[in-house]
Amino acid sequence: MIAYIWRRLGVLLVILFGSSFILYNLAAVSGDPTEGLRGSTDPRAKQQLFALIRNLQLDVPPPARYFLWLKGILGGLTGNLDFGKTRDAHAVSLDLASAVPTTIRLILMSTIIAVVLGISFGIVSALRQYSRFDYAMTFVAFLMFSLPIFWVAVLLKQYLAISFNNFLANATISPGWILGSSIISGIFWAGIISGSRKKVMIIFSISALASATLSTILSATKWFADPGLGPIILLALGVGVAFSVTLLSTGLQNKTALRASLAMPVFGLIFYYPVQSLFDSYPGFTLIGEMALVTIAIAIATSFVVAKIDRGPILRTTIITSLLIGLLMLVDKFMQTWQPYMQTDAVNNRPIPTIGQSNPLLGDDNFWFTSLDTLVHLFLPTIALTLISFAGYIRYSRGTLLEVLNQDYIRTARAKGLNERTVIMRHAFRNTLIPLTTIIVVDFAAIIGGAIITERVFGWVGMGTLFNKAITSFDLNLLMGVFFITATLSVLANLVADLLYSALDPRIRVVSKS
Amino acid sequence: MMRKRKNAESATLDSSEGAIANKETEGLSQSQIVFGRFLRHRGAMISIMVLSFLILTVFSALDKKIGPLKIPGWWKYNTIDQPDLRFEGCPEGIVGCPTLHAVPGFLGGKNFGIGEHPFGQDDIGRDYFALVMQGAQRSILVMVVIGLVAGFIGTVIGALSGFYRGWIDAILMRFTDFIITIPVIIIGSVIGFHFGNLGVLFLALYLGLFTWTGLSRLVRGEFLTLREREFVDAARVAGASNRRIIFKHILPNAVGVIIVSVTLMMSGAILLETALSYLGFGVVAPDVSLGLLISQYQDSFTTRPWLFWYPGILIIIIALCVNFIGDGLRDAFDPRQRRQMTKKVKKQSVTLLNKGAKNV
Repeated sequence: MIAYIWRRLGVLLVILFGSSFILYNLAAVSGDPTEGLRGSTDPRAKQQLFALIRNLQLDVPPPARYFLWLKGILGGLTGNLDFGKTRDAHAVSLDLASAVPTTIRLILMSTIIAVVLGISFGIVSALRQYSRFDYAMTFVAFLMFSLPIFWVAVLLKQYLAISFNNFLANATISPGWILGSSIISGIFWAGIISGSRKKVMIIFSISALASATLSTILSATKWFADPGLGPIILLALGVGVAFSVTLLSTGLQNKTALRASLAMPVFGLIFYYPVQSLFDSYPGFTLIGEMALVTIAIAIATSFVVAKIDRGPILRTTIITSLLIGLLMLVDKFMQTWQPYMQTDAVNNRPIPTIGQSNPLLGDDNFWFTSLDTLVHLFLPTIALTLISFAGYIRYSRGTLLEVLNQDYIRTARAKGLNERTVIMRHAFRNTLIPLTTIIVVDFAAIIGGAIITERVFGWVGMGTLFNKAITSFDLNLLMGVFFITATLSVLANLVADLLYSALDPRIRVVSKS
Repeated sequence: MMRKRKNAESATLDSSEGAIANKETEGLSQSQIVFGRFLRHRGAMISIMVLSFLILTVFSALDKKIGPLKIPGWWKYNTIDQPDLRFEGCPEGIVGCPTLHAVPGFLGGKNFGIGEHPFGQDDIGRDYFALVMQGAQRSILVMVVIGLVAGFIGTVIGALSGFYRGWIDAILMRFTDFIITIPVIIIGSVIGFHFGNLGVLFLALYLGLFTWTGLSRLVRGEFLTLREREFVDAARVAGASNRRIIFKHILPNAVGVIIVSVTLMMSGAILLETALSYLGFGVVAPDVSLGLLISQYQDSFTTRPWLFWYPGILIIIIALCVNFIGDGLRDAFDPRQRRQMTKKVKKQSVTLLNKGAKNV
């Protein structure tokens, strides 16, 4: 195994060397960074030209200059990594150090959402193969595949951000919208659950009615202008979470697990007010981290008290439930911050921005304000990136699950009388995740270099912006810096994906021969 | 031959699906079966019709010069004409709005009509329909050229390394790895920014040189498995040359994978071209492409949204159609894929089974 990893790493180094050499020379011969200065009649131009040539070592021919660049990179082995200098004579590594976190922040959330939504829709779609829902999902996935992201982004800015900001002025939903949204939600749930015509009609009416009632209440109380959950709704949502997690994780017939996870929303209710004061007195990421740990500890303690035997599944259920309820509490806190945030002068009641990565006018003294600010700035790019990438996950998880469901061990599982939940969740779903994991890893690495357009449209200064700048200003070192990060990540991701694959699937063994 | 025997075997298994498959494919060649399956894919059929109508419209709309020959287009304007900006019928303060109307008469509209400038006019009065048609021509051209170039290179490299294995495979696949490491959008931008002004055909050729990697890996995998099959051994024992084995025995069996992935690559290619043009690294003004049109007029979205809508919708229609055709082809070529059993087919299978039971 170790030998295999070393061998792979060696091959990766060779590949990186080759591709960087190709790109360096391609980029070097395709443009001349001194072109603007050579044509200039400005008396200082000559001096600048010399400075530029000295700085970027332009007097060395590109293939040889590549090795000078490589020497700087190899310096990383001894601790002084040198990406060279940009045209403005400051270090590329500084630019990269500020750009990489921005890009990761931009794509992390959308990747998580796309993965969760894509896999769930894909699985439902596979379980309802050739139903109307399946066809609709296929169509949606193909539509997403065909969308140019820059086009979607402009539409999102106009119809989501600007319209939503206008809507917040009075925060009442018009009857047309209520009618439309409830019909859509009715069709959605009826499509997912499906069954006989009577059942479909019942589900359609219940969900349409529920959504109509909900949106009428939200509209009447002007909830969107001052959102919040409060302890009672939190308890209700928590009970719902407990039931659904138990249903998926162990099945409702496991009464012990259900009891243990139902204890979680109760704990949530008990700790609601103490947590609020903690949120206010010690804001920060450390508090959130500590509270997550405490939540897990409570979950573990509860399952130890409740269950005497077979603790594993119960432990899993309670931990997931408690973390989800903790997340709900955090969301509730952000909802409480919403109105004060909206009323600050910097935001001026138009909270959803169409451009930029943070509001410069907003001071950074209030942790909750700045976090909410980051979240609302992430809103549009996240939706755009999610729309583009989750189609792939839908198609892929659908295909994989269908393939898995045709396997013999699924038939065996059904034949020995396991219920449908166990067959799907334990036998089929787990095996679907194996190829999906590897795809997700590779995708995540690829998107770091690939969010170029999204960054440009939404005005974020990340890797894409650097790359853009590097190309338009013939900045070779900057270009190579960006390339080095993205290429290293992508080859490493491929290696990690292969290792994960063999770790997850015992049938596959990595061999240390070619 | 293989397939026929397989079908015969599955028929003896007496499963209803096997019986149906056998009945459907009786006396048909492999390509006829595939073609039949493709014709039954509704999404793909609709897409083919839409796409061919679109391509005919787009390529016959404008005047075209081929050498000394000048073919007149059916549309009255071209991309350089600058008729006066129209303002009658437009909302207050806006000029050059589209004249396309499709609201039926009984709803108070003017029925369907295209009017003077169906897609409106741009800021200096150029007819936007002509511009969009020109842009779509460019985008479709780029898509097809990338598909052909990348399809050819990918197939050749994949086939060589899959068939000969050994050091040829090692070298070719390491080379593929080099190209894969460089993200397409980066290489595309580097190329496009510096060679984009050499013309759209050149850009497409160059992009095609870097987008074949996925296909070559697929083809290699396919060749690796196919070359171990019995019919290849049989051909070799019968004295067939390598060339004959590749072209007569392996390639026809791998052609499904190739066609499907080239199709899907083409839908990716049109998005790549528009994205690069949007970034300014693809097709550059004064030439026109759909991505470039969107990028030029995105700021005027609030006042003159038609400048933004039409090129975007055209991109989506083209990419969507190509995707659906690819999906239909995959369903048609993939023997593992079984079509949904309609009620009629199910009924047929039941009667067939009953008949079989009686005979026994």
